[in-house]
Amino acid sequence: MSLDLATTRRIAKLARIGLEENELEATRQKLNGILGWIDQLAEVDVTGVPPMVGTETETLRQREDKVTDGNCRNALLACAPETSGPFYTVPKVVE
Amino acid sequence: MLTGLTLTQARAGLAARKFSARELAQAHLDAITRLNPGLNAYITVLPEADVLASADAADARYAAGTAGIMDGLPIGVKDLFCTKGVRTTAASKMLADFVPPYESTVTANLLGAGAVFLGKTNLDEFAMGSANMSSAFGPTTNPWKRKGDDTTALVPGGSSGGSSAAVAAGLALAATGTDTGGSIRQPAAYCGIVGLKPTYGRCSRWGTIAFASSLDQAGPMTRSVADAGLMLEAMAGFDAKDSTSSNRAVPAFHKAVGKSVKGLRVGIPAEYRAPGLPADVLAMWEQGIAWLKAAGCEVVDVSLPHTRYGLTTYYIIAPAECSSNLARYDGIRFGMRKDAPSLDGVYEATRAAGFGQEVRNRILMGTYVLSAGYYDAYYLKAQKVRTLIKRDFEQAFETVDVLLTPTAPSAAFAQGENMDDPVQMYLNDIFTVPASMAGVPALSVPVGLNETGLPLGLQVIGRHFDEETVLSIGGALEAAAGFTHIPSVHAGAGA
Amino acid sequence: MSYTIEGRTGTWEIVVGLEVHAQIISHSKLFSGAATTFGSDPNTQVSLVDAAFPGMLPVLNHECVAQAIRTGLGLKAQINLHSRFDRKNYFYADLPQGYQISQFEHPIVGKGAISIELQNGDVREIGITRLHIEQDAGKLLHDQDPTKSFVDLNRSGVALMEIVSEPDIREPEEAGAYLRKLRQILRYLGTCDGNMEEGSMRADVNVSVRKAGEDFRTRCEIKNVNSIRFVMQAIEVEAARQVEIWENGGEVDQETRLFDPGRGETRTMRSKEDAHDYRYFPDPDLLPLVLEQAWVDELAANLPELPDDKRARFQAEYGIAFYDAGVLVAEQAVADYYEAVARGRDGKLAATWVMGELFAALNRTSNTIETSPVSAAALGKMLDLIADKTINGKIAKEVFEDMVETGESPEAIVEKKGLRQVTDTGAIDAAIAAVLAKHPDKLEEYRSGKDKLFGFFVGQVMKETKGKANPAMVNDALKAQLDA
Repeated sequence: MSLDLATTRRIAKLARIGLEENELEATRQKLNGILGWIDQLAEVDVTGVPPMVGTETETLRQREDKVTDGNCRNALLACAPETSGPFYTVPKVVE
Repeated sequence: MLTGLTLTQARAGLAARKFSARELAQAHLDAITRLNPGLNAYITVLPEADVLASADAADARYAAGTAGIMDGLPIGVKDLFCTKGVRTTAASKMLADFVPPYESTVTANLLGAGAVFLGKTNLDEFAMGSANMSSAFGPTTNPWKRKGDDTTALVPGGSSGGSSAAVAAGLALAATGTDTGGSIRQPAAYCGIVGLKPTYGRCSRWGTIAFASSLDQAGPMTRSVADAGLMLEAMAGFDAKDSTSSNRAVPAFHKAVGKSVKGLRVGIPAEYRAPGLPADVLAMWEQGIAWLKAAGCEVVDVSLPHTRYGLTTYYIIAPAECSSNLARYDGIRFGMRKDAPSLDGVYEATRAAGFGQEVRNRILMGTYVLSAGYYDAYYLKAQKVRTLIKRDFEQAFETVDVLLTPTAPSAAFAQGENMDDPVQMYLNDIFTVPASMAGVPALSVPVGLNETGLPLGLQVIGRHFDEETVLSIGGALEAAAGFTHIPSVHAGAGA
Repeated sequence: MSYTIEGRTGTWEIVVGLEVHAQIISHSKLFSGAATTFGSDPNTQVSLVDAAFPGMLPVLNHECVAQAIRTGLGLKAQINLHSRFDRKNYFYADLPQGYQISQFEHPIVGKGAISIELQNGDVREIGITRLHIEQDAGKLLHDQDPTKSFVDLNRSGVALMEIVSEPDIREPEEAGAYLRKLRQILRYLGTCDGNMEEGSMRADVNVSVRKAGEDFRTRCEIKNVNSIRFVMQAIEVEAARQVEIWENGGEVDQETRLFDPGRGETRTMRSKEDAHDYRYFPDPDLLPLVLEQAWVDELAANLPELPDDKRARFQAEYGIAFYDAGVLVAEQAVADYYEAVARGRDGKLAATWVMGELFAALNRTSNTIETSPVSAAALGKMLDLIADKTINGKIAKEVFEDMVETGESPEAIVEKKGLRQVTDTGAIDAAIAAVLAKHPDKLEEYRSGKDKLFGFFVGQVMKETKGKANPAMVNDALKAQLDA
């Protein structure tokens, strides 16, 4: 499958990576090269083969319903590039 | 020469009070001061006072007879492990100023065993790369040079290239690495040291910055196979905070080294004899086979028919997981932020500026293979092929105890080589990726130099949770090879 | 089909399916150990995991799994012993990970059903498609600053159940009945408090319209409607909007819309260019969730009695009407109260008192059943006093009012006020004699055939005894004397 510029733009948008027009074309070419190579997978017959999920050596463990964490607002907010009072802040979102 | 010891030797020297942990740490700090500007193996070196304070505490424990298994041993920590109060960058501009308020489980375990941290070692940005060229803090240079060519800077491999260079050059006795598709083994081979990727689930992933969750695994990078066993004992163990962590007991791995390998069955996968495999690599492999035969192993030809799809499968699954794992770097709660008038604007500006090109490309590739209309053809297909790859290994391990292969298809290459064609770069991982896909343990052991004087490594792959047999075989290779070469840039040289 | 829209081109029916997000009752979050208490200080119930710090990993809360299974069992649904968590990828300021951990392909609960009852008494079954577990998002505050939105992650990572209905709903009223019934079941199970004002239960409403016999037409999803009344209103206005579009020759766009209760309209929420592509894939930080049938059986065995079962039992055990039983089981606390009053007593009388005097008193005093000034034990005791003829029904009302007011026991009030029923024949005879002596004219009229005056004499005798006389004894004695 070959990647066109519109698709490249769409996935950059989905991934929220702001690319300039010239970067888009360079990216498209690079990804296309990799995709061409990856397409060799098409020749593998996977009829009846289940997809691998996890490493299948264990099943999911569960924890007890106890409050063991949280109450560390200052430590968390200290890492943030922008805060106001007890909140993280972002440019105003209009719904 | 304190900077040239193995962990085992240093541990014995400390226990016998031949030297103090402070002296050992000071020798390494001095070496770092001298050589790191040239090698760029460390992104962050811890303040001398802090390092020496840790060493003093270790000395006190030796005096009190309460020393742990890593006590007083100065090591480097790949800058992908979050360290409390110490900047942790993942070699990315995105996290250039990130100081975690928490300690990863693996580094906490090492601290608990008494290890002394020297600093945070360089890597490919977010561990994505095979040459350490994508670090936002500049490339690490391999301390090895080609014979008769002192000017060409070689890559140390990647992504744990800072760790491998530091250990090879005497800037740490050992270092932690992480391995997603070969990021411990390939740089270990390129720098002439030992690197062990344990079974997936052996070391907790908690607090280690994620690249591809189903593949990422921490492991030791050391100067001897026994050291790898010793350090893994300290790093490994069940962690309730990681749902994929195994609750199997951690054996005394280092004791596996030196055990007789007589009668063990060693598989040689036919598919690894890839066309175009360089003669020096092939010769070293044959040599390894001969050594193991001499040690009493039975050598068996096996087939891993789907191994040739390992790399392509990897380059679907790893980017897919990374595209999701790296979504949290959005400029809101930590790390870099580029302001813009809208929320999407902040995301797009921050992620364009914060991520380097390789990371951006992998995120985009991962986004693409998961997107509507392509998921089945790429991601789902890859997960099915992954099942086949894992079955190949399981089938092989019904008849053999380990597999022996080269670690990488070549010795270290020059900085700047392989940079234009990503596929060419990816091919460096062709031998290491399949074990990652299957989740089995794999070890790289330095076994000799090629004709240009660069180290080559052989890879031993074992069954799930059977690191001990892998270490036994690795120990036999190590003993037979007697690899004692030292790179041209080394703390001991001219000291 | 009673609800239809008459358009210019014919008659339209509506097709509605509901996706309900119900916050699971648990102490800690779905994948982290942070607390879930509502209304805490901003960003205090946030762990490194909830804020998605580098290297943080999810660990599943066992109780949340149990709650989802209990709910599935309560919805008579299939429990899937193998399920899986997937990531739903999108960027938003309230979503720290950049993905929501949810269950996409393999939910923990499969098909089930809820039976609902309409105003006219009709009972309908609404299919449940599935129930899955997922993380809630954080909260954005838009009114704190002119240029910024503020982010509070307290709710980020709290466990939700998404309960998806089949598109079986054909009337706004059915949607209301479905939500009320679902909420009732969740509350009975103790798996969700059903509090729509606090957002612990929210509904996404899928609406389309069609003409009779047609296949489904394009639907719109109205997001996050937070009251049952608004759900019903939103369906009406959205269906009308769609009919208008179709009849004008247009096409309804499949899109997400918001209901604006103030304007009584729905409006589009996201433009098409932003069409989401969630890139679901299995969360590699979590392994498949595999459950033991024995554990599911154990949860089933310990399930509380559900409203429909309780209603049937109340009818059978206490001899009360279907409608009354429905009223009494509407809330578990009321049902418990009723049963405490009715057990070992006259069930019908207990129902009359609970639904009559008690409900009126709660209403008047702005109390709920939980804060009732009269305990079930006290009301029961009062019914005992009626049964053993210590007081009669009329006096009982007076006693009850006093109980509401003072909280004293019925016995104490009867004693204090001397309300004990008069059963002494001598005293009753004396009262009758006094009444007859006072009204010789009425006595004459009665004896000359005006039988209706019997009631007058009963009333006078009761008055003479200050209401305390046993009415049956008064009847008998009066009859004997008058007809003597």
